[in-house]
Amino acid sequence: MNYFAIPLLAFLIETVTFIGGLGILSHHVFRETISGKTYWKLISEQIYQVGYRSLPLILITSGSIGMVMSLQFGLGLEKFGGKLYVPKLVAATFLREMGPMFTSLMLAARVGAGIASEIGSMVVTQQIDAIRALGTSPIKKIVIPRVAACLIVLPILATLSNIVGNFGGLIVGATELDLDPSFYYLKIMATASLEDYLSGFGKTFFFANFISLPACYFGLNVKNGAKEVGIATTKAVVVSSIMILIGDFFLSKVFWMIAKWV
Amino acid sequence: MIEVIGFKKSFGTKQVHKGVTFDVKKGECLGLIGGSGTGKSVILRSLIGLEKPDSGKIIIDGVDITKMNERELLEIRKKVAYAFQNGALFDSMTVFENLAYPLREHFHLSEKEIKDRVHDQLADFGLEGNEFVYPGNLSGGMQKRVGLVRAMMMNPQVILYDEPTAGLDPFNTKKIQDLILRLKSRGVTSILVTHDMPTANAVCDKMAMLSQGRIEAQGNMAQLNQDERGAIAKFISGEEF
Repeated sequence: MNYFAIPLLAFLIETVTFIGGLGILSHHVFRETISGKTYWKLISEQIYQVGYRSLPLILITSGSIGMVMSLQFGLGLEKFGGKLYVPKLVAATFLREMGPMFTSLMLAARVGAGIASEIGSMVVTQQIDAIRALGTSPIKKIVIPRVAACLIVLPILATLSNIVGNFGGLIVGATELDLDPSFYYLKIMATASLEDYLSGFGKTFFFANFISLPACYFGLNVKNGAKEVGIATTKAVVVSSIMILIGDFFLSKVFWMIAKWV
Repeated sequence: MIEVIGFKKSFGTKQVHKGVTFDVKKGECLGLIGGSGTGKSVILRSLIGLEKPDSGKIIIDGVDITKMNERELLEIRKKVAYAFQNGALFDSMTVFENLAYPLREHFHLSEKEIKDRVHDQLADFGLEGNEFVYPGNLSGGMQKRVGLVRAMMMNPQVILYDEPTAGLDPFNTKKIQDLILRLKSRGVTSILVTHDMPTANAVCDKMAMLSQGRIEAQGNMAQLNQDERGAIAKFISGEEF
């Protein structure tokens, strides 16, 4: 009995602690964002770290996914004579789901891990204590710039991912599926709607919080040295990824309902 | 200037402090000594609100800081500086940027004024020429010295030293002692947590010995040497008491 009960209880306690801690951190972030000084220089540094330096990863993965999707859809639909629907399918799937979600997962792995390990190391070496001891706030100096950078950068990266993914699909459509590139392009433009784009775009603001806040939370809660930095980093990536994947389902439903209303 | 009354603190089920009481007058330097794990650094950290006591009062300049929230504590931290054991320098910043940090945050100074003040302090403490060095490229002793200089950049009324000479060679220990004495001569109130008795003797006006969660003995060296239980003598000689 105890083999299952104790780990389950520990997991439940840890989950409740995480949810509570994340709530408190979010409250502090909100309160300190609307009051006092804003560190624009730190935000711009983080935009460079989070956004610009993630660009190659996002573009390469998006292009590859677009190519694979186009190829798989094309080969599957060819049997039923539905190859002409490939541009529409790739575009809708990319704009609504794959673009924002894959960009967020990539960013959770690259940036979430980076944030958690950087902040965790700062805790271990007492740099976070030093920020407080020097009369400044770690929330303002460390957390808000990272959250703000993710909020600014993720929608832009997801948009770029949409473009590159569809371009990848177009290349495979033209070279492997014998679809005319101009037909492919016009088909995307004709069938992909602003609604498709906005439903994916809207999700990225939630995903940005799902990446940055848990990463900061786990980093700030490192207590005992280098080993815990590693654990915090792993937890940040795992929790962010789960939040993105589960959140994606509920957000998709919400955006469908909004689309129905409008 | 500083009064600690009935300070209690537990970590999990272990009660580390069972009612610590002491005071430090303006301009005085108190040496807080005791064995490893007796919670000296926890008291020091609590004096600027980095830790919260379970009960008791910490009164600084007539104000109980245990009731303060993080935002109110930011103001206290402008007049009470903390010199960390290993410097706690920001490793992504150069020495210059580390020293300029408190000036940029709390004073409306031009870049030229900041530059001049940082250069003056570096020259004053024999650290000139290291402005653009990153902390990772400094020796342990220099990191501690830069940490001390950063702590005093805002001209605090109180400085809390957490084992400033731990792990240093005699040359660097002497430099740190001189630095503390210079700050003391400017009227800065200070608390020094240390195991280094020669340094404590050289810079402290009085000492308080922490043992088993309480202050076992306090007073100046002469008074402590006359203590019937001989707590200080036993601590120095490594005997149990």
